[in-house]
Amino acid sequence: MSNSAKYIIAKRAAQELHDGQIVNLGIGIPTLLTEYLDNKVVYLQTENGLLGMGPAPSDDQLDADLMNAGKEPITFLPGASFFNSADSFAMIRGGHVDVAVLGVLQVSHDGEIANWAVPNQPILGVGGAMDLLIGANKVIAVGTLFAKDGTPKLVPTLTYKSTGARKVELFITEYAVFKFSNQGVEIVEILNDITLDELNELLGIRLELVKH
Amino acid sequence: MNKMISVREINSLFKDGDQILVGGFGISGTPLTVLDELSTSEHKGFTIISNNLGDHGQGLHKLFIAGQIVKAIGSFFSINREAVMAWSRGELEIDLLPQGTLAEAIRCGGAGIGGFYTKTAVGTELAKGKEEKIIDGEKYIFEKALKGDVAIIKAKVADTLGNLTYHTTARNFNPMMATAGKIVIAEVDEIVEVGELDPETIVTPHAYVDYIIQSNYIKEGTDYLVK
Repeated sequence: MSNSAKYIIAKRAAQELHDGQIVNLGIGIPTLLTEYLDNKVVYLQTENGLLGMGPAPSDDQLDADLMNAGKEPITFLPGASFFNSADSFAMIRGGHVDVAVLGVLQVSHDGEIANWAVPNQPILGVGGAMDLLIGANKVIAVGTLFAKDGTPKLVPTLTYKSTGARKVELFITEYAVFKFSNQGVEIVEILNDITLDELNELLGIRLELVKH
Repeated sequence: MNKMISVREINSLFKDGDQILVGGFGISGTPLTVLDELSTSEHKGFTIISNNLGDHGQGLHKLFIAGQIVKAIGSFFSINREAVMAWSRGELEIDLLPQGTLAEAIRCGGAGIGGFYTKTAVGTELAKGKEEKIIDGEKYIFEKALKGDVAIIKAKVADTLGNLTYHTTARNFNPMMATAGKIVIAEVDEIVEVGELDPETIVTPHAYVDYIIQSNYIKEGTDYLVK
C-alpha cells in the first residue's frame, strides 16, 4: 500500500467528522485521521478506557500505562476521563459513540464488512471491532480499494468472515467514496483522476456516480 | 486482617487447573510481579481469562512458555505468535470473545448475574452455537458470565485495607476482575495507610481485595522494568 493512498483516504474520511462528536478510530489508517482534523474539535474514545485521547507523547511524556487500543503511546487532553473496559464498551454498545472509523479487509455491495479474520489463517484476534460495528451511531469503513493481490475489496458478497450484520454507511478508498443504502451501493465521489468507466472496469461492476 | 503478602507467599494461593482472571491490556495494567513468581511454580493446567497473553516476553507470556496454560479466554491473541502456533498444533485451547463481551461477562460474573444478551457478534462465526433471542425486534445472542478461582490485578495505590486506585489506561479490565475472583490478589506500585486515599477517588473498594503485594516493577519510557 502506498503511503499517499493512506493519506488520501484519511484526509477524505476526516471530512466526515464534525465538531463535538465522540469518535473511535480503529487501528491502522483510521489513526491517521487525526492529522486532518484542522480546527475541528472531536473527542477521541479509545476502547481500552479513555475519552479525550491526545497526540503521541514527546519522549519526556512517555508513560507505559498510557496507550491506545493499538498499544501505541498516547497523551490525554484537558477534559479527558478514564474508565474501565466494561464501562468503555457500555459507551460503545449503548450508542454513545457518534462515529467509528474502521479499517476493512472487504466490504460487500450492501455494506457488510469483514475486518477481523483472513481465510486460511488462524483466527485468534477480534478485539473491539464487533462491538464498535454494532454500537457506533455511524460507521465509516476505510481502506485501499484493492488488496495486495490486486483483487477489489468491494465485493458482491463477503468471502472473508463477517464482522457483523450491521451495515456501514460509507466506504472511503483512495479512488472513490462508496455509499450504502437499502437501494445498494453507489459512488458519491471520485477522489483521483480515474474515470467512472475505468473504475467500474477495475471493480467488475456497473455503478453510478450520484452526487448528493 | 493483614492483607499484605510477600512474593514468596504467592504460589500457595494457586492450585493446578485454576481458572485465573488476569488484568491488563497489552502489558499496561498487568500484574507482572505476581505472574513472574507464578511462572516459577510447579502449578499447571491453568485456564486464563485475559484480553491477551502478555507481550514481549512479559506477563502471561512467561506462563505460556512455562507450559502452564491449557486454555485462554480473551479477545486478542494474534500478537502472541507462539500461542497462535500452539493453538494450530492443538496444544492450546482458545475461546475468542469480542472485547466488550469479555469485559461485560467478567462484570456480570462479579455482580451475581448469570449472563446477558448482546447484539455484538450476531451474524458472525463467534455467535455459533449461542442462544439467540429477539428483543424489541432485534436479534441478540446470549453470553454467559465469567468468574475465576483467582483474580490477579494491577492497581496504582492500595491502602492497607485494600482500597484501590488506578492510573490512566492501566485500569482496563482490573476493576471488574477484582469483583469476579474467589481470591483476589492486587499488585500495586504504592501502599499507603488507611485514610490516606480520598474516598471519592477509590475505584475498587476493599471488600473485593484479599491480598496486596508490592510490585517489583518500575516504568521507564514505554517499558516496565524490574527494580
